[in-house]
This record gives sequence, C-alpha cells and structure tokens, in this order.
Amino acid sequence: MRYAIPVVVLVAMLVLLGIGLKLDPREVPSPLIGKPAPAFELPLLGADPEAPKLSVASLTGRPVLVNFFASWCAGCRVEHPLLMELSKQGVEIVGIDYKDAPEDARAWLARHGNPYRQVALDRVGQAGLDWGVYGVPETYVLGADGRVLFKQIGPVTPQAWERDIRPLLAGAAR
Amino acid sequence: MKPRPIVALLLAAFVGIAAALTPMEGTLTPEQDARYRVLIHELRCLVCQNQTIADSNADLASDLRKQVHDRIAAGESDDDIRRYVTDRYGDFVLYKPPLTARTAALWIAPFLLALLGIGLVLRLLRRNRSAPAAATPVDAQRLRQLLDEKDP
Repeated sequence: MRYAIPVVVLVAMLVLLGIGLKLDPREVPSPLIGKPAPAFELPLLGADPEAPKLSVASLTGRPVLVNFFASWCAGCRVEHPLLMELSKQGVEIVGIDYKDAPEDARAWLARHGNPYRQVALDRVGQAGLDWGVYGVPETYVLGADGRVLFKQIGPVTPQAWERDIRPLLAGAAR
Repeated sequence: MKPRPIVALLLAAFVGIAAALTPMEGTLTPEQDARYRVLIHELRCLVCQNQTIADSNADLASDLRKQVHDRIAAGESDDDIRRYVTDRYGDFVLYKPPLTARTAALWIAPFLLALLGIGLVLRLLRRNRSAPAAATPVDAQRLRQLLDEKDP
C-alpha cells in the first residue's frame, strides 16, 4: 500500500507520455477553420500579366480544394497521383504555386500531369503567409460560401481524403 | 602605402556581408527597431518549431521577419502584429501564449507542481524531525548495554 501513490503517478505519466507520442507537433491546427478564406489576388500561370487574376471571390459558389504546391517540393510528388485521380473524378482543385518559378511549375505539371482547374502564382509567398501556410504541400477545403472547412498539412493521403475531405465536400455540395 | 587598396577591398567585402545579414536596417527609427527586435524574439518559427523567427534561418522565418518589419514601418502596434500572426498560425506561434481556457493548464500547472513539491518536502522534513526523538531511549539503553559488555 505504501507504493500506491508512486505507482499511480508513474502510470499517469506513462499514459501522458503515450498520448504525447501519438500527437504530431508538426500539425498545428489552423485558426482559419470556419472563417472566410483570406483574400488574395494572384496572377495565373500561363496568362499574360494584364489578364484577370485569381481572387478568393472566384473560388466561391461551389466547394473547392485549394492546394499549395511547388515544383521543388518532395511531398507534392507524393500526393500528386491522388490529386490527378480526384480531378478525374470531378473534384475541383485550384493550385497555388508557392515560391516557385513559373517555368519550373509549367515543366513540373507537364511531366506529372495537371490536376488543377487553375494555377495561380505566389512567387513571394505572401498569399501563403496570409493563409497560414508553413510548409508545402498544404491543402485547404473551401465550402461553397468561401469558408475554410478543413486544412490538410502535408500530402493529401488516401486516408485523409476518405476520412476528412470527402465527407466535407459531400456535405458542402448539398 | 601598397596594402591600402587591399584593405579597402576587404573592408568593402565586410560591409557587404553586414548588409546581407541585416538587409532591412536603417528603415526603422531606433524605437521601432527595438520593438522589432523584441517581437521577432516572441514569435515561433513553425518550420523549426523550437526556434524563434529571430533565430531561425528558415524561409518562412525570414518572411515573417519581413512581415513584422513592414508592419512596424507601416505604423501598426505590437498587438496588431501579434493578432495578424495568430489569426493565421494560431496561438502556437507565440512563445508567451495568452491565458485562455485552452492554455490554462499550461499556465497553472507549474505553480501547482511547485506547491505539490513544497508540500512533499515539508512533510518529509517534519517526519525526519519527529522520528529520531521516538527511537532514542531504546537505542541509548541498548548502546549502554553493548558498551558494558565490551568493557571488561
């Protein structure tokens, strides 16, 4: 009985340690969830500089995935086949090319395929900063009203698609 | 007389390095610069999470430093800037998070643990002080007995 308290303390610490090991400190919850997507206005890839730009207003009206990617980003290669598959299924994906040279992005998309309805260029990363991006790839799910419903940090995995994103899109489309 | 051009060249090179290290110096007033220095030591770099944006070389950290710099130059207050960053990255970017329901445990736990520790120490001290007093008469008697035996 004299060991009851130390044992209880030890067990409590082990349980907390176990929970701590399961948490991923890289996944910082976004405070933007439930809020309107931050404004931006970015030139489109392949358009001339005078052409209309991509803004948040053009993303409303239907649910859409906003995917921050870059040609120099390894994680983007990982999620790319899934994005291609989703775009074939009719999921609307808008790409934001983060801190990248347009010609590199174009070559990358030519080599791996282009799953994006539109690709906007965020050369200095200002839009990324405004959206709270801290490492590409990051993907935001926007509802039809332009609110952020979900943020995927790191590559979109099949599990994340099935568990988190698909139900949201299905709910937002209704 | 000869080495002068070389010295000048070297000095010029060092000026170049210094300028590269602090590319934004000179555009803030001394008070603004002091605020800038305090702020960048308060904000966490999310790429390398245990460094402030002042310490980190990550791209994102330098972007955030520039953001802080530009916002100070534009006349925003420290609170405005903190709000800008936390609206996007959450309270996690602040090394000193505000006291809210979510962070209450973080702020209160150290004091609770300290109190607990002090309580334990006091209890141990009290036990130690009272323990020898109870044992002494028996020990003394036994001791005397042993000493008598050994002393012929």
